[in-house]
Amino acid sequence: MCRLALKTADIPFSPYEVLTGMEAMQEGYDGSGLGLLLRGVSFEDYKYKKEEQIILSGIAHTEQAFNRLQRLMEERGFEQDYDHRFKVNADLVEAKDRYQYIVRVYNKPDGLTTEELEERLMQTRLFLRKNGEEHGNDLTIFSFWSDVVTVKEVGWPLQVGDALGLNDDRIKARVVMAQGRQNTNYGINLYACHPFFIQGIATMTNGENSAFVPIKEWLEGKKIPGYMGYQSDSEVFAHILHYVTKKLGLPLAAYKHVITPLKTEELNAHPQGDFLKGLRTACRRLIIDGPNAIIGTLPDETCMLAMDAKKLRPATVGGRPGAWAIASEMCGVEALVPDRDPSLDFQPMREHTVIIPPERKELQIWSQFDQFTLSQAA
Amino acid sequence: MVSVRSVYTQPSSLTYSDLPWIIEHREDRCTLCGQCTAVCPKQAIYLTYRRQRVPKLDILKKKRGNDYRHFVGIRQNTEVDKMCIGCGMCSSVCPNEAIGPVPNQNEHRSRFHMDQKGDSWKRGGRRNAPGKTILDRISFGRISMLTDPALDAGRHEFSTNTILGRVLPPEEFLRRKASGEWIPPTREIFPFVIGSMSFGALSPNMWLGLLQGVAYCNEVLGIPVVMATGEGGCPPWVLKSPFLKYIILQIASGYFGWDEIIRAIPDMQCDPAAIEIKYGQGAKPGDGGLLMWFKVSKLIARLRGVPEGVDLPSPPVHQTLYSIEESVMKMIQTMSMAFNFRVPVYPKISGSTSAKSVLNNLVRNPYAGALLIDGIDGGTGAAYNVSMDATGHPIASNLRECYQELVAQGRQNEIPLFAAGGVGKNGNVTQNGMALIMLGASGVHIGKYIMQACAGCLGNEMGRCNVCNVGICPKGITSQNEKLFRRLDPDDVAQRVADTFSSIRTEMKKIMAPLGRSQSLPIGMSDALGIDDADAAKRLGIKYAC
Repeated sequence: MCRLALKTADIPFSPYEVLTGMEAMQEGYDGSGLGLLLRGVSFEDYKYKKEEQIILSGIAHTEQAFNRLQRLMEERGFEQDYDHRFKVNADLVEAKDRYQYIVRVYNKPDGLTTEELEERLMQTRLFLRKNGEEHGNDLTIFSFWSDVVTVKEVGWPLQVGDALGLNDDRIKARVVMAQGRQNTNYGINLYACHPFFIQGIATMTNGENSAFVPIKEWLEGKKIPGYMGYQSDSEVFAHILHYVTKKLGLPLAAYKHVITPLKTEELNAHPQGDFLKGLRTACRRLIIDGPNAIIGTLPDETCMLAMDAKKLRPATVGGRPGAWAIASEMCGVEALVPDRDPSLDFQPMREHTVIIPPERKELQIWSQFDQFTLSQAA
Repeated sequence: MVSVRSVYTQPSSLTYSDLPWIIEHREDRCTLCGQCTAVCPKQAIYLTYRRQRVPKLDILKKKRGNDYRHFVGIRQNTEVDKMCIGCGMCSSVCPNEAIGPVPNQNEHRSRFHMDQKGDSWKRGGRRNAPGKTILDRISFGRISMLTDPALDAGRHEFSTNTILGRVLPPEEFLRRKASGEWIPPTREIFPFVIGSMSFGALSPNMWLGLLQGVAYCNEVLGIPVVMATGEGGCPPWVLKSPFLKYIILQIASGYFGWDEIIRAIPDMQCDPAAIEIKYGQGAKPGDGGLLMWFKVSKLIARLRGVPEGVDLPSPPVHQTLYSIEESVMKMIQTMSMAFNFRVPVYPKISGSTSAKSVLNNLVRNPYAGALLIDGIDGGTGAAYNVSMDATGHPIASNLRECYQELVAQGRQNEIPLFAAGGVGKNGNVTQNGMALIMLGASGVHIGKYIMQACAGCLGNEMGRCNVCNVGICPKGITSQNEKLFRRLDPDDVAQRVADTFSSIRTEMKKIMAPLGRSQSLPIGMSDALGIDDADAAKRLGIKYAC
């Protein structure tokens, strides 16, 4: 079972902190993959402007791929403003085909609406990914979005952190998601590492989604750009969150109702039961069959945690105003925010979605049994 | 020696060893009570006087001679219309285990003489293809061993129900909900449906027992089982009862029974579960329903609005309309309208290489509520033997093909596919049903299995019994003769229905739990399936497991 750690704080901190938190939960992963996703990014030697700039994350495995990437980005009209170089200790990297880790800042293209820009960014990411695949996987692209840095590598979390020199404080963030992978059914592949990212939405998961194949087939059938890949069964969680909030325009609280709908007898007593029963029927293919804990983050730095309906996976959230942690084990929370009142830690049950709003003042706990605001349909 | 020409013989003269079943009678156990001959539905056996030579040796006179003993024995009839069907009622009534049919391992020469008076062999039953089916050979191999623990079938909560009715794409559902437009009706039902068997094909006691059992499953056990009527209507007291919600009313090409149904609409307390429009049947594709005159009793005649004692062959297609596509469209809309768009309406077709075209047609019809495909192993109350044995398409690949077509279009949750035809024919009902569900079916219809499990139908794939067509069902399941159907107690049938569905639900959990599935029915979870045949695996798009 994979291990998950997320920390969100008002004051930017080093991603290495989260890796030490992962170390506390060491028995739960096999070093087959580590993923880090940073939001609220700040660089030591560069003033990053979230509103004006976007960040490309990935790995160029060869020099040719690196040069090709530069050319392709120029051809597509993206102007590079900053190139963050990790201080790599190649001896600590298991894989030998890592020519260059890419964290590059580009200026946002002018004259596009938000939708057009979001579409363009995703299409560019998909184009680069496909280009890499066409060239013998010499280029791996994780994210291309405003204020998002993604690092994925095979190896033990701390070792990867040391390999990339993440403890030198040259890069910090207000939100860091980290996942240590326990490889289950699917191959060891960088694209199989969590967190998964699509148009600003990122999720990571522990456990396994046994309804993966029918869900994947349905999502692929929607022919929505970006609903592809699926090297891991957990990738569908990110896409469902994207589908529910961006394509269906439903509030975040509806996500849980889509992936783990309540039973008929429970919905009969629900204030929005009629709508929710219809939603459950319409989205029946998106019902996940965990056990999973799903941790997600949104572009406004909102963090969320939801459990599958069986609640066979642990996950704890805890913290204090200004700094919160979500981890798959309690010891992870303890390592990430030690100066909190542990008696206020919360372990969500099957009906809960835990939200840490961007203000980071307090936790919000939503229950599926409660009414939620539904401007569009109710 | 008697000259050969004086032996009475004609082309269809048979001896008992030419017949599929040979009666074995043990004279030493027989008490001549006569129960076997009385119960035999075919009059295949009769009491007869026989003479036996007893050697006589007079030792004192040193003389050998003969004596003759006369006794009453049982003789097997060898006329084609009276030959033994192997039902075994004789052995079930015999107090001394003195009699019983034994399958004849020899070739059955009687097969060449089933067309007496130029009438081709008609029978009820099934295809008579013994052995494991493709469905029987599918195993559920994706056992959760690592991250995802197998679940506890006994203690965990499982969601085993399915949806019958048109499911809108989520975007469309939200749009219609927001603007208050019509949302197609759906039903949450148990995925094992009692398939269409008409009131007419089934005896009143059987039908009543099924309905009682279904009501018990719904109201006491919490298993939302529904049953389909088949063509031939539904008794008026049922139409006006609260039990109608457990019933799928079928309309077929003879429209039998629909006068009564339409007349009852204003008095209905609830809506039926669904309307099934029958275009075809797996056991006899391209053939209409057939209720032979033996079974058209007074009650049946009234329900169907026909005279008593006449054959009721439905036309092969719905004749009133110009083309099948048009017919499908118009009938679905008409039936939807009749029930004010509150009842799912779906067609039932025979398994066929053309099933995919029908499906694509339905996908574009906003009122179509599902598609039921009935494969070649389906059963029937009456059909020509040649139709049953040789016409049709097996369900597994047909269903899979249709599901994959929907997957390619991204519409696999919109038209639920139901599969039928041989589900549980060797007794593995849950395994067969779940295999079809994981191949893409939203549910399955079971008919023969229900008759066998819930009423003790004696039919099997070796040609046993198979006389549903002539109204002599020895168990009283498919007869309108009250002397016969009195043998069947509706309460006992109801009890068996409850037993059967409870057991299917438990077995479903035992299949789902190791796969780590509990939150929704694993429709299309083809990654869980394996089969020990590489060609079948390739055709079905599942794993080859050996």
